[in-house]
Amino acid sequence: MTSRADVCVLACAEAFRGDGEILAAGIGGAVTVLAARLARLTFEPGLLTHDGVCLLTGDVPALGRPPEVVEGWLPFRDHLWLVLNGRRHVMLGASQIDRHGNTNISCIGDWARPKAQLLGVRGAPGNTRCDPTSYWIPRHTPRVFVPRVDMVSGIGTDRGACDLRRVVTNLAVLDFATPDGSMRLASTHPGVSVAEVVAATGFELTVPAEVPVTREPTAGELDVLDRLDPGRAREREVAA
Amino acid sequence: MTGASGAGTKVMTAEQVAAGLESGMTVGIGGWGSRRKPMALVAAVLRSPVRDLTVVSYGGPDVGMLCAAGKVRRVVAPFVTLDSIPLEPHFRRARQAGEIEFTEYDEGMFMFGLLAAAHRLPFLPTRAGLGSDVLRVNPELRTVYSPYGDGEELVAVPALTLDVALVHLNRADARGNAQYLGPDPYFDDLYAKAAARCYVSCERLVDTADLLKEGPVQSLLISRSMVTGVVEAPGGAGFTACEPDYGRDEERQRRYVETGRDDEQG
Repeated sequence: MTSRADVCVLACAEAFRGDGEILAAGIGGAVTVLAARLARLTFEPGLLTHDGVCLLTGDVPALGRPPEVVEGWLPFRDHLWLVLNGRRHVMLGASQIDRHGNTNISCIGDWARPKAQLLGVRGAPGNTRCDPTSYWIPRHTPRVFVPRVDMVSGIGTDRGACDLRRVVTNLAVLDFATPDGSMRLASTHPGVSVAEVVAATGFELTVPAEVPVTREPTAGELDVLDRLDPGRAREREVAA
Repeated sequence: MTGASGAGTKVMTAEQVAAGLESGMTVGIGGWGSRRKPMALVAAVLRSPVRDLTVVSYGGPDVGMLCAAGKVRRVVAPFVTLDSIPLEPHFRRARQAGEIEFTEYDEGMFMFGLLAAAHRLPFLPTRAGLGSDVLRVNPELRTVYSPYGDGEELVAVPALTLDVALVHLNRADARGNAQYLGPDPYFDDLYAKAAARCYVSCERLVDTADLLKEGPVQSLLISRSMVTGVVEAPGGAGFTACEPDYGRDEERQRRYVETGRDDEQG
């Protein structure tokens, strides 16, 4: 039985297809970390993955387990170097995202005196300028998919993003394969209608005439995923 | 135990460190988020009369506590977080109340600001920040154009020159050679090099001859030539992580978030 969370992890993993020998970085939580590890263990074996602290792991441990083999050291200073070097594809989160993929993790409201101070821009400006970037957004709503973000942290296709690959949500996969680099509905997850995605998006979304259904994991991929996440932490991260 | 005791010793108390600070100074604080923060030194600053500080930090509870105590005029940071608890409550409140000024940088820009200061350069160029609202909210930032054939436009990150740096390491000798034994040096050596004066607190003071008993030569992160004072402060990272001596005290951090205080320190 395939769950929505399984589909989301695989859709995030697909973001790394073709990346080769670069760091596949998840920002934490279960889904993005599982996605990088699933991709490495299946269709993208050259990927580098890390333990969430500063080790590049030689093996691919289950979620929350330490590696048995270490193949490299990546303290924060080298992580920041790697961002500028570009051999890294990160899957970030966003509190707000607009039509061109500009994202905000800094604050809500006027920056000078925000209604809600969030994290700060963190590494999002450099990540999006220098590296391939994808997004995982576990709750697809008009509060997140907004006409205009309050503080551009990660830059979009209209502001010089290096390579925005895809946005995976609990409902759909979106990309920027349009003439003006605006967001397009690439696929809907099994059981989700196009109308639901459009209603959950607070700006005009390009919807092709034929919208495919997001690929479901194969039996082999599900086996790997269950070994990586026997406690199914991924289910708790995906809005129903 | 304190090594060459007498000649060259820089051992002092946290209170003496705090007494050397003046209102209006720019103070860099090492560590990252809720990891290896010099909380014993920060607690001494909280007890001192200084105020109007500019705090430069990959921010964690250090920034939060100083904001809550009204010590801060400006925060320079790419984030303020407690890691396992994403949002720092006191920094949030201070920002939302309009009590502090904020210089918000990208993480890589921030590192280049420290690197520039450590190398005594006025700025270093980077792509990080281009196109983002970091340039909008920091209108003093300038860009430069590559003088070579490409002519690329880059952000000129100004040097983050510090009056004082506060860092916490695992071991140090009495003259200020300081060693990290955990998995990540963070940027503590850069803070030391970017500052006019650097104060190191450590879990344990050891003889210089004993420094290499616990870690390889590569673990000697900060040289005494960069250090003004050394404080022996077991548990001096507070509830933040200080591997391998101790991990983050998640329960104590939760209490800090709930009560707004860290009862065991400051």
